[in-house]
Amino acid sequence: MTDWLSPDEWRAVALSLRVSSVATLVSLPFGILTALALARGRFPGHGLLNGLVHLPLILPPVVTGYLLLLTFGRKGYVGQFLDQWFGIVFAFRWTGAALAAGIMGFPLMVRAIRLAIEAVDPKLEQAASTLGASRLWVFLTVTLPLILPGIVAGAILAFAKAMGEFGATITFVSNIPGQTQTLPSAIYAFLQVPGGETQAARLVLIAIAVAMAALLLSEWVSRSIARRIAGA
Amino acid sequence: MTLSVTLGHSFGGFTLDVAFEAPPGVTVLFGRSGCGKTTVVNAVAGLLRPQRGRIMLDDQRLLDTNARVAVPPHRRRIGYVFQDARLFPHMTVRQNLSYGRWFARRGNGPDIGHIVDLLGIGPLLTRRPGLLSGGERQRVAIGRAILSNPRLLLMDEPLAALDEGRKAEILPYLERLRDGLGLPILYVSHSVAEVARLATTVILLDGGRVRAAGPAACVLSDPQAAPLFGLREAGAILTARVTAREADGLVRLDCQAGTLWLPDAPAAPGNSVRLRVLAQDVMLALTRPEEISALNVLAGTVQEVIPGAGHDALVRLRVGDDALLARITARSAGALALAPGRPVFAVLKSVAVAPESMGA
Repeated sequence: MTDWLSPDEWRAVALSLRVSSVATLVSLPFGILTALALARGRFPGHGLLNGLVHLPLILPPVVTGYLLLLTFGRKGYVGQFLDQWFGIVFAFRWTGAALAAGIMGFPLMVRAIRLAIEAVDPKLEQAASTLGASRLWVFLTVTLPLILPGIVAGAILAFAKAMGEFGATITFVSNIPGQTQTLPSAIYAFLQVPGGETQAARLVLIAIAVAMAALLLSEWVSRSIARRIAGA
Repeated sequence: MTLSVTLGHSFGGFTLDVAFEAPPGVTVLFGRSGCGKTTVVNAVAGLLRPQRGRIMLDDQRLLDTNARVAVPPHRRRIGYVFQDARLFPHMTVRQNLSYGRWFARRGNGPDIGHIVDLLGIGPLLTRRPGLLSGGERQRVAIGRAILSNPRLLLMDEPLAALDEGRKAEILPYLERLRDGLGLPILYVSHSVAEVARLATTVILLDGGRVRAAGPAACVLSDPQAAPLFGLREAGAILTARVTAREADGLVRLDCQAGTLWLPDAPAAPGNSVRLRVLAQDVMLALTRPEEISALNVLAGTVQEVIPGAGHDALVRLRVGDDALLARITARSAGALALAPGRPVFAVLKSVAVAPESMGA
């Protein structure tokens, strides 16, 4: 594998995998909470939250990236705050790429989990509460296992989206080899240089393979979980 | 363990305003669909917060809207068997059964093996609910509720979704629960047959209010309540003891009022059975009828005559310590000059007591 890919190419692939994994894992708890709030919550601002979550899906990625730069950049309010108090810097770091990827994949993740939550019969949760389970236990023992296929599907979709994220990432954290140059950024960079097509083509194949594998895996995992639940 | 309930709740133009007590045994909340039965049971379980009310289980306050007390469902220790079994689809039958046990305080809860035997669900333990029949699911749901070691069991029409065959399959288990576990049960039903078979106490609901309440035999033979049960279904309950199976196959039963013969009885001699006698299957005579094909004739006195809406009348008789209800025409009631205190003979055709309405 290392012979086949140049160190730069290999770094881009490894970085993409790391960025996407971190983006998916970190956004997962937030995704579940947001999906719960949207599926079950009755509160003012419900529609606003729904819109906000879906915004990255509809906005041009470059706009999302620019907004991220304004908020989480070194001069942004949140960016400054996080830097001063926690020493977390997003701008022009791989963490920024993960943040951008996470936010771009978030709507897909929330949608999948929300659909799964809406498919859970609240009557089952009532039954669990009459059997002595507190709300937290009801969630852990009934709701969570039942929405697991949705969570897995959502996570894999978000991962695949993160692997392919380009516009917001390059706007927010630029295209620094070894730092913020993910797979799509690398392909873009190779295509800008005369004679870079072969290198780009290899990465394109990898991108296709990863995307395909993610989709098939998601399909297979949610189907096998669903089969287990149905008891067949 | 006695449950006392006072509730007021308005929703969608319907007002529920009830107060009743459920003593130990099976208390049946009876009424037509939409009379508020499920609302009452959900309030007792804590799944619904009524606008006004007070619910006490012995001296523990489960709900008191005046004092802003509302114990959450998982702390009430009240088992609930729903009309749709609501088994957890991602767990096996065994895991479903142990679910409530896991949350129940450690202590002397019912033994899982005993309950599994009682409900006949041993062969199902490793299966998943998706593959069970309706009757099997409902039995597992009953077991799951009992094994959570509740202080009170709520059953909301547990048999309503089942066909007659499945009902017949589960009823004996419910009777065993009533007689064997000593667990008070609040049972919602709109089937008179279930009331007759299971109830110790009956609370009759109509239009969101309690119309009659008391021991099953009294409420069922209350002519005022008869229209709510439906005139075809109106009838009384007699408790009888099987004394012998005679040579021609007839079973001899002794009750307070006298001796009855039935073509079949589900119990062996020595056991008590509950008999349901429909009002429309009882004829009245002023003298003991001679040379008549009906075997069962009981002597009694008229307690009450209630004219019906049409041409009929309901007559409540006292036979021994039991009550009997007869539905006759208003013309006959006049011709026989039926009035409270008049001695009469009630003629029951032996086929009048249908086997499926007899409790074992």
